[in-house]
Amino acid sequence: MPEFVMYEDAFRRIDEELRRLYQLSNAKLVFLVDKNGQLIASVGETRNIDTTALASLTAGNIAATGGIAKLLGQKEFSILFHEGERDNIHISLVANRVILVVVFDQRSSLGLVRLRVKRSSQVLEQVFQEMDRMKPEEKTTKELSPFADITDEDIEKLFG
Amino acid sequence: MSFINYSTREINCKIVYYGPGLCGKTTNLQYIYKKTAPEQKGKLISLATETERTLFFDFLPLALGDIKGFKVRFHLYTVPGQVFYAASRKLILKGVDGVVFVADSQIERMDANIESLEDLRINLAEYGYDLEMLPFTMQYNKRDLPNIVPVEEMNRVLNPNNVPYYEAVATVGKGVFETLKDIGKQILKELKKNY
Ligand SMILES: Nc1nc2c(ncn2[C@@H]2O[C@H](COP(=O)(O)OP(=O)(O)OP(=O)(O)O)[C@@H](O)[C@H]2O)c(=O)[nH]1
Ligand SMILES: [Mg+2]
Repeated sequence: MPEFVMYEDAFRRIDEELRRLYQLSNAKLVFLVDKNGQLIASVGETRNIDTTALASLTAGNIAATGGIAKLLGQKEFSILFHEGERDNIHISLVANRVILVVVFDQRSSLGLVRLRVKRSSQVLEQVFQEMDRMKPEEKTTKELSPFADITDEDIEKLFG
Repeated sequence: MSFINYSTREINCKIVYYGPGLCGKTTNLQYIYKKTAPEQKGKLISLATETERTLFFDFLPLALGDIKGFKVRFHLYTVPGQVFYAASRKLILKGVDGVVFVADSQIERMDANIESLEDLRINLAEYGYDLEMLPFTMQYNKRDLPNIVPVEEMNRVLNPNNVPYYEAVATVGKGVFETLKDIGKQILKELKKNY
């Protein structure tokens, strides 16, 4: 089973880019989710929001529309936009593997969000491409995997 | 596909509860939700029909504790068991780290169990997974009902590879945490093996 491993350095660059996007697009909330629904990073007014649930539902949404696209015989929809009474949500696929979500209200506009998302997507895409290109030995020497010396006892303990 | 984040020191794993309609998948998650401490769980999200049948999925994030300084999270999903939700069911399986198959022990549901297990195998294969290679746990649910198939028979028909199995009455929680622990341990051991 392949794992999705995120190292310090890549995470910092992703986080920086999300912050930039958050500021430049006047958003309320920006977050990045992997296609399986796991939250990678978030920026903004997250205190009263269950970002874990949000991540899972967003991935479900992308998966469902992706399924629809397939039935219609076309490539995945790369952008979804939902307009709400107060907040709007802009969802886009980056590098065909992660989902970038921007929540914004009337302090911003769809045009601005679109533009900034496009720019940020390019940066994020670069980060993911570099992650993919990292050679196996670079990955392992960076830090010891938490599983390298994990014992059955550690696993038992977790489940009390 | 587990997600290991060295920056936030988190490990996320995805567990899917699979099985025929009305076998008790959602009931498993509801019981786990009810019995877990608030700081260990997130919201239980249920995308259901008006009659409480799962429409797309249920989702429950659990954070049970730390291993070597990494916070271990399990994301629990159920699929919609009704036959005509086949497309949605397949989507939920994407990126799965471990599967719990909840079988309905009632005699009249054995055909539905067999069909659902076959459906699971096919859907996994389409993602390039092999059920034999994946952490996999069986749960024989509804053991409280009168018209049930003996465990030996359930094993013979549904569990030829002899994976761990648990008898359960999900409505009162019997066997529910045993099943969860088993699949959780299998997943972590699998992760360990890969390093
Ligand atoms: N007697 C008995 N009833 C059970 C048990 N587990 C679940 N049920 C009941 O079976 C019904 C269906 O349970 P659900 O958990 O909604 O089933 P499900 O597998 O999620 O069904 P779908 O969402 O349609 O796939 C509910 O009325 C439950 O209360 C059990 O162990 N014993
Ligand atoms: Mg259900």
